[in-house]
Amino acid sequence: MAISFRIPNYLASLAGGQTSLAIDTSPATVDEALESLWKAHPVLRDRIVDEQGEVRQHINIFVGDEAIRFADGLGTKVPNGTEILIVPAVSGG
Amino acid sequence: MPRVKHVSAKKGDVILMVGTMKGAFVLRSNGARKKWDVGGPYSIGSPVYAMAFDQRQGRHRLWWSQQSFRWGTVLCSSDDYGKTITEPEGYSVKFPVESKLALKNIWQIRIGRDEEPETLYCGVEPAALFESRDAGQTWSPVQGLLEHPHRPKWVPGGGGMCLHTILPDPADRKRMFIAISTAGAYRTDDGGTSWQARNQGVRAVFLPDQYPEFGQCVHKMVQHPAQPQRLFLQNHWGLYRSDDGGNSWKGIANGVPSDFGFCMAIHPHNPDTVYIVPIESDEYRCTPEGKLRVYCTRNAGKSWEPLTRGLPQKDALETVLRDSLATDTCSSAGIYFGTRSGKVYGSADEGKSWQLVIGGLPPVVCVRAALVDGEGTVSTRRRGGAEKKSAKKRNAGSKRTRSKQTAKGRMRAGKR
Repeated sequence: MAISFRIPNYLASLAGGQTSLAIDTSPATVDEALESLWKAHPVLRDRIVDEQGEVRQHINIFVGDEAIRFADGLGTKVPNGTEILIVPAVSGG
Repeated sequence: MPRVKHVSAKKGDVILMVGTMKGAFVLRSNGARKKWDVGGPYSIGSPVYAMAFDQRQGRHRLWWSQQSFRWGTVLCSSDDYGKTITEPEGYSVKFPVESKLALKNIWQIRIGRDEEPETLYCGVEPAALFESRDAGQTWSPVQGLLEHPHRPKWVPGGGGMCLHTILPDPADRKRMFIAISTAGAYRTDDGGTSWQARNQGVRAVFLPDQYPEFGQCVHKMVQHPAQPQRLFLQNHWGLYRSDDGGNSWKGIANGVPSDFGFCMAIHPHNPDTVYIVPIESDEYRCTPEGKLRVYCTRNAGKSWEPLTRGLPQKDALETVLRDSLATDTCSSAGIYFGTRSGKVYGSADEGKSWQLVIGGLPPVVCVRAALVDGEGTVSTRRRGGAEKKSAKKRNAGSKRTRSKQTAKGRMRAGKR
């Protein structure tokens, strides 16, 4: 079973130019899904989470259309076939 | 996106590194320092709070911190003045997991002593000192400061809880000074194992006990290699000098319009000469009376004189931040500063006269200057044993390479 990630252009330029990444794995949670993403594309890890493994403040992760920030965070369940979106927050100046 | 330009420099040229809230610029001039070529911006859109130039062992390596509110803070480098940029795949300056800290920003990059040509230091937020013993490939926190018993009582200043000043003592390899806002000045005499607060006589106007052991809001501290026992300090209110290696401090705000300010720089050849840019107050952080004045003491603080020729003396409501004042090492020292309004001024005659070097930049947060001392070589180094990838087009003309830190390197950094 493959899981897919959609990543922003800035990160795509670091990961082979693709904004959509498919990984053959069946994670139960977002945490497990991200671990498989780091394994396939290590360059993405430090840019998405900090040293403590926390998702950076101005990055949002969605499972389908559900923001994990308002669900169970990294423990949010990942249904089979769901796309995980990694999106920069609308913030800054 | 702006068009990126590049400069190159040869022996005898002067380069001026300017970190702004929206990227880094590298300017080049010849020894006359009248006309400047402008390179950059690099790390477009990112705050660049720290820059440095490493010329040891034939290097011509620029370092700078690239902060992104989205993607975190990473240390970048270039061996060809920005044409090719190396950004590590895995961030090299990271707190160990057990510290429970996460990097917010890199405020200072300090090249180590000449006799330790592979050593570099970084001062970061939250306040910590990192060191590299392999020319910047891997970094580790200095544990003695990371685990300092005062840490729980350190609090952030207006800019965050940053370690912003690093002074490796030129006469004693075991001794180093650092300064933290808001914690004060600390000194180690045993190579970083233990650190003692060195703030006796420095006032903390915002605390009930105005002369505590630590908790002062030091804004900048400088030291001259010819007289390492003497230090100067620009405090959050107060100008100070120590003649005993930081053991005690005495006020030297003699004839300045305000003793509030952020930046301080010492003359490269004269340990009695120090430059500051006074700011009116912590409530109104602009130049007093609308006059942009650099103040200079030539007698170690007994008196100060304004240096104004060529600087606006009317309606100049400017702010110069803690790392935005710098000197080069030319025989007639160049003095440079940048403002939050995006202007950089320079003097090629030790402050007697000034010219606008460049305007229209984003807010300036860092200025560094260096006299280029050799031809240097463009390195084909590899970091951490990883394969250096082919350069990719980026930022309309810059190339970026990424280096991968090895697992071994990461473990070493985390354990130390």
